[in-house]
Amino acid sequence: MGNTTVRTAALEQQLVQDAAKAGIAASAATPSIEINDLKLSFGAFEVLKDLNLTVSQGEFLVLLGSSGCGKSTLLNCIAGLLDVSDGQIHIGGRNVTWEEPSERGIGMVFQSYALYPQMTVEGNLSFGLKNARVPKAKIAEKIAAAAKTLQIEPLLKRKPAALSGGQRQRVAIGRALVRDVDVFLFDEPLSNLDAKLRADLRVEIKQLHQTLGNTMIYVTHDQVEAMTLADRIAIMRGGNILQLASPNEIYSRPTCKYVAEFIGSPSMNFFEGTVTDNTFNSAAGSFDLQGYDFAAQTVPGQSAWLGIRPEHIAVGDAAAAEQNRMQAVVELVEPLGSDTLARARAGDQSIWVRMDGQAAIAPGDELALGFSASLANLFDKTSEERL
Amino acid sequence: MTDATQTTPQRTAAAMSGPRGPKPRRRITPSNIMLYSILFVASVYYLLPLYVMVVTSLKGMPEIRLGNVFSPPVEVTFEPWVKAWSEACTGINCDGLSRGFFNSVNILIPSVVLSIAIASVNGYALANWKFKGSEVFFTILIFGAFIPYQVMIYPIVILLREMGQGISAVTGTDFRLMGSLWGLVIVHSIFGMPILTLLFRNYFTSLPDELFKAARVDGVGFWGIYFRIMLPMSLPIFVVAIILQVTGIWNDFLFGVIYTKPDTYPMTVQLNNIVNSVQGVKEYNVNMAATLLTGLVPLVIYFVSGKLFVRGIAAGAVKG
Repeated sequence: MGNTTVRTAALEQQLVQDAAKAGIAASAATPSIEINDLKLSFGAFEVLKDLNLTVSQGEFLVLLGSSGCGKSTLLNCIAGLLDVSDGQIHIGGRNVTWEEPSERGIGMVFQSYALYPQMTVEGNLSFGLKNARVPKAKIAEKIAAAAKTLQIEPLLKRKPAALSGGQRQRVAIGRALVRDVDVFLFDEPLSNLDAKLRADLRVEIKQLHQTLGNTMIYVTHDQVEAMTLADRIAIMRGGNILQLASPNEIYSRPTCKYVAEFIGSPSMNFFEGTVTDNTFNSAAGSFDLQGYDFAAQTVPGQSAWLGIRPEHIAVGDAAAAEQNRMQAVVELVEPLGSDTLARARAGDQSIWVRMDGQAAIAPGDELALGFSASLANLFDKTSEERL
Repeated sequence: MTDATQTTPQRTAAAMSGPRGPKPRRRITPSNIMLYSILFVASVYYLLPLYVMVVTSLKGMPEIRLGNVFSPPVEVTFEPWVKAWSEACTGINCDGLSRGFFNSVNILIPSVVLSIAIASVNGYALANWKFKGSEVFFTILIFGAFIPYQVMIYPIVILLREMGQGISAVTGTDFRLMGSLWGLVIVHSIFGMPILTLLFRNYFTSLPDELFKAARVDGVGFWGIYFRIMLPMSLPIFVVAIILQVTGIWNDFLFGVIYTKPDTYPMTVQLNNIVNSVQGVKEYNVNMAATLLTGLVPLVIYFVSGKLFVRGIAAGAVKG
């Protein structure tokens, strides 16, 4: 537990730094959602552990993690669909910890769309408003506006069963839209759609966020969605937030090995070895670390992981100019069209490399690889924290 | 398109002659013969008694005495049906089964409505509004389905008597639950509870949880979600519950004979009294007609709602 509190304090500090970097320091003064020491346990099992999180007005925050990390649980707590065990939730400056979901000023979009099958699209959109006793004329006005934004006007009289997956999810977004709320919560909204539609709707959600300027919290396990949509990403694991930062920061300066491995496909290559001054010694060779921005003090001979992303490894002639070089043999080639992935082997170490899509390469080829220390990442062997 | 056909290599005769298109299926195979003969035997086994009953009920007594059970009636008469419905004697009443029929209807309708109304709300609460101890409560309720009726008979007699006296004392009238239709309605509602609650809980659990969450975000409470979201989606399971209850209550004999009196006997008890009367001639044709009349209600219910019944059972079973 002690470790967690230290980490949260560090997180908050980092949060302030990030906000300043991203140039949203001004809007950070008006937090839209504030979560203080949130705890949730089912019996003896702690799903969320002393979680602190501040989301600024108009921010797009993505909660990212593998299944079971507590990201959906956190979203359900914010929505009020789960009672918290301890801690507070503030939305729009109001303590809503004990309030009903409908009173919290949120709209929610679910993975399975959760449209009421017996009602038409119009009925689905108006259901919440009718319950809130909004006058009829006002309801019609709001539905018309939402339908226009989402281009679902021709579908208003249809039942959900007569809609395609993409149309259903649009209607589900519309249901959140008509509620005129400050905060939108998305629970893996695109996971049930096929790849093409997912990409289309992803763009539309981003567009929607830019138009509306609402605060949005978006839960996903898809790193592409996270990277493309988020202002900030919170990477979660075991009920904790491991890193909360802009997509760029998360990609280039992951604070721990788990985050480094989680983001990026194929994932980062790791070399096991020891750090002494500015040299990293491993079975694959000795690498010069001149130019690496150390985040922590190292002791000579400290065991560590060196991580380098497949796209940061130069190949062939370009490798000769790099700071660190090695020779490897190609084992496997995956052509993707836009680029080609190759798995190479240097001794016992297998290394993924991202190359040009037109690269002529076959298994068995000798490959010269090279990388620069400024793009590498160092993590402590035991704590797996960034060095 | 033309390019594509031109570049297609010439097919050899051998490649052309092999199997092509859907695989032909033989109609008459050993397994099919086996299957249909079993089906045939099974249907004969079940339909033959029904045939005998219908045929006998349409014969006059002299024709029955000839002993040709399977032969169709030479002279079709509906006399036995009329007699069974409106003239057959049970004890001192000689107005046939009609009295029992209306008693049964009067028991059936309130019992079915009451038990399904309560059980569906139970099932909904147990599926969606889990409270502390809800699983324990559910287990106890299900356990109730395994308690033999016989051990409950006498306690219920006392319960109904005391409840009736209580109501009489409060209202200042002579109200009796024991021996009245309402007593039986209460008994049927209670005994239907375990199985119906199980049925509804499983069905509501199978509905997507997110629908329930969405409704909560949309600002409806316990009853709002039940009536406006859940009910419109659960027609199939209500049909299943209605069929189970209608057939169960209609066919009930034990509770009917114990908790009512001759004036209020349900149809099944009255049928028994007609068929099992030991005085005079055994009128087989009247007995057959009376039995068919009694069985008609569940039969009609099955035929009318068979499709919905199967759909509802399947819906509850897939994700139980």
